[in-house]
Amino acid sequence: MWAYVGRRLLLAIPTLVGASIIVFAMVHLAPGDPMSAVMPVDASQADIEAARRAYGFDQPLPVQYFRWLVRVVQGDLGKSIATRRPVLQDVYDALKNSLVLALSASLLSFGIGIGLGLLAAFRQGRVLDKLMSAVAIVGVSVPHYWAGIILIIFFSVQLNWLPAMGASAEGGAVEYLRHMALPTIALALIPLGVLTRVVRSAALDILAQEFVLALRAKGLGRAAVFAHVVKNAAPQILTVLGLQFGFQLGGSVLVETVFSWPGTGYLMNLAIFQRDLPVLQGVILVLATFFVLLNLAVDLMQTLVDPRIARH
Amino acid sequence: MNRFLIVAASLVSLLALVGSAGAQGTLRVGMTASDIPYSGGQPDNGFEGFRFVGYQIYEPLIAWDLTRSDRPAPLVPGLAESWEVRKAEPTKWVFKLRRNVKFHDGSPFTADAVVFTWESIKKKDAPHFDTYGSAQVSPRLASLKAVKKLDDSTVEIETNTPTSFVPYQVCYLMIVSPVQWQKVKDWRKFAEQPSGTGPFRLTKLVPRERLELEAFKDYWNPNRRPKVDKVVFLPMPEPTTRLAALRSGQVDWIEVPPPDAIPQLKAAGFQIVMNTYPHNWTHTLRLDKEPWNNKLVRKAANYAIDRVGICKSLLNDTCAPASGITYKGHPWFGNPKEKYEYNPAKAKELLRQAGFDGVSKRPAKAVHLISTSGSGQMLPLPMNELVQKNLKEVGIDIDLQPVEWNALTQRFRVGFTGENAGMNAWNISFNFQEPWSAFGRFFYSKSVVPVSLNTMPYINPEVDKLLDEAAQTFDIGRQNEILAKLHEIVVDDAPWIFIVHDLNPRALSSKVKGFVPPQSWFVDLTSVSVGK
Repeated sequence: MWAYVGRRLLLAIPTLVGASIIVFAMVHLAPGDPMSAVMPVDASQADIEAARRAYGFDQPLPVQYFRWLVRVVQGDLGKSIATRRPVLQDVYDALKNSLVLALSASLLSFGIGIGLGLLAAFRQGRVLDKLMSAVAIVGVSVPHYWAGIILIIFFSVQLNWLPAMGASAEGGAVEYLRHMALPTIALALIPLGVLTRVVRSAALDILAQEFVLALRAKGLGRAAVFAHVVKNAAPQILTVLGLQFGFQLGGSVLVETVFSWPGTGYLMNLAIFQRDLPVLQGVILVLATFFVLLNLAVDLMQTLVDPRIARH
Repeated sequence: MNRFLIVAASLVSLLALVGSAGAQGTLRVGMTASDIPYSGGQPDNGFEGFRFVGYQIYEPLIAWDLTRSDRPAPLVPGLAESWEVRKAEPTKWVFKLRRNVKFHDGSPFTADAVVFTWESIKKKDAPHFDTYGSAQVSPRLASLKAVKKLDDSTVEIETNTPTSFVPYQVCYLMIVSPVQWQKVKDWRKFAEQPSGTGPFRLTKLVPRERLELEAFKDYWNPNRRPKVDKVVFLPMPEPTTRLAALRSGQVDWIEVPPPDAIPQLKAAGFQIVMNTYPHNWTHTLRLDKEPWNNKLVRKAANYAIDRVGICKSLLNDTCAPASGITYKGHPWFGNPKEKYEYNPAKAKELLRQAGFDGVSKRPAKAVHLISTSGSGQMLPLPMNELVQKNLKEVGIDIDLQPVEWNALTQRFRVGFTGENAGMNAWNISFNFQEPWSAFGRFFYSKSVVPVSLNTMPYINPEVDKLLDEAAQTFDIGRQNEILAKLHEIVVDDAPWIFIVHDLNPRALSSKVKGFVPPQSWFVDLTSVSVGK
């Protein structure tokens, strides 16, 4: 087991180096220039060139990449061009907010999604099943940024119940929860739909297997059969849970932007428009690392849940 | 399911009930900037940075008078009580500094602070050289060469050549506290605990989230003591987010509400505040290539645009038609021969005279680079589609090529070379806050890219002569007359398609009182109060 973990961690290194090269190349090859973005429009090309030299952006790309990589290996992601704060600090602050949002949206969507999916599977073909499927389709189909805007219009503008944007810097935990409510709901919609469908499908597969018939023939109660079905469907569901959690953490750019929620998605969006390359590279690298580790954790959890899936 | 719905609704209601209203005496502003402007002295984020951070925390030697809305904001004494150019040596200006002024850290403002600030942006080997701040402000101080302390309350500023435009440059240099910098010895830390002499002092900075300022109790000017205790700035680049934040009571003031939301905001009791200010939304034309190398075609384009239609149909009257670089009533407008109004018949006739007889035969063709959004760009896509339609109707076929704002500004600075070789114009909005930004950087033969922003290039010896003359004229009234004459020539030459002037709309809660919208990019927040 530990050898397997070690191998996976070693494999993560070339994966992350590859990701860093792609990230570096993409952000540098995209149109727009970091200094041009932060300098006043009045600044001439001569002014821009002077600033580029001062920041080292006049160096060839491989040289810039190598310097960046050397710093990254030492735990230094560089400094933001826009705020001049250490990127690590910026990413850390943003990651905390994104994690909170991803966790709350996961709790909401996973709890409801698994419940609805199992309910639909055990009531296959009935009205409840069709209703659950409709809910799942709506969840998967509604763009979450659109849902976010609708939630803002309804709960913030019309009812004036909840804040429309930001994460409260004052007011304590309650105020923070109030700010979290709408982005959490918006972010939870897609995974809720995905989970409902996946769980329903996985449970139906298990229900169709002969051992379930055997269990029922032996006279096991509904609750015991239910437990067997859940246990057998768990590895498949776990994989989807892991992926969905990763997507929520890294893919919440639109929701975070709509709600001005200061997480990694919002940070990435700002960094793209500000051409704040050190921040952009730092965020993506941290998220890629997180994703790799998350996948490993999910694989290991699958083994724990189902010893038949041995990891060597 | 029903139970779930009840629980969810109860949770939402509970969270709603424990919400708190904004504190009294606090003004909360939703900015268009995507980030908190740099607070270490010389602000970034363009003029919004100066508006909400620069001129609130800091002060320059010469300031803008932002107390009236019926005239373009003039310059007035700031941290300097008076200034004059040495008659025998017109490259040297003497500034008498205000006494008994304190920085937010309690240290006194003296000539040393002016020299220190100058060194922080110009002296690259100084320990307090601020690379980032220097990059922000240096382009605005092009003529200044050196700053020297004569005594504790007098400094001398030297310029490269004699120029009367010095006050218009000095007003962008924010004076920082040397004492505070010595305490922190780092510009990032200084930006978190800045010290200027402005009417507000920084109390809290959360990068990318919020900036909190409080009234500076020891502010030197009794006429500009802030009426609010606190101002909170929140970056909200998305117009719909700003709108929702205002309507839900999270902020009291938003910059640039979406034009189509203005009727609803008015109906809901919000104040919509607008005024003319030095802003021009234009197409800058390429003058060395067909079709815009022909003055008749350029004039035809200017007569083809339905400016009133753009302002009314698209922008809910948040803009005014532009018939020149500046607007009518501005001291530099003058009396141009060409009065550009919507006149498609005249446009067609001008095109016929130029050899382009309209749609059926040889339409004039051009490729215009535009942005999808951007600072001061208003609603670039629908506005440009209307411009394109208007031009098409008279026989000018323009192909619009939209790019992201940052890419457009980067390409603009390079001029019509390289990847821009196939382009014929760009749509970028400009300010004309002072003579150089209005005329010098675009219409002076010495400003051809990469030196400055004359991309067209526009070369007119008469305009060069007038610009030189204006720069040598130290009497503001006479200088304005010269600049008006220059403006008349440029308008008649039509190197741009003049389209609209933005009116700088802001939406304010009914609680906000006392705001005077000046004819400027900047605002005075000291007169603003927030009621219950």
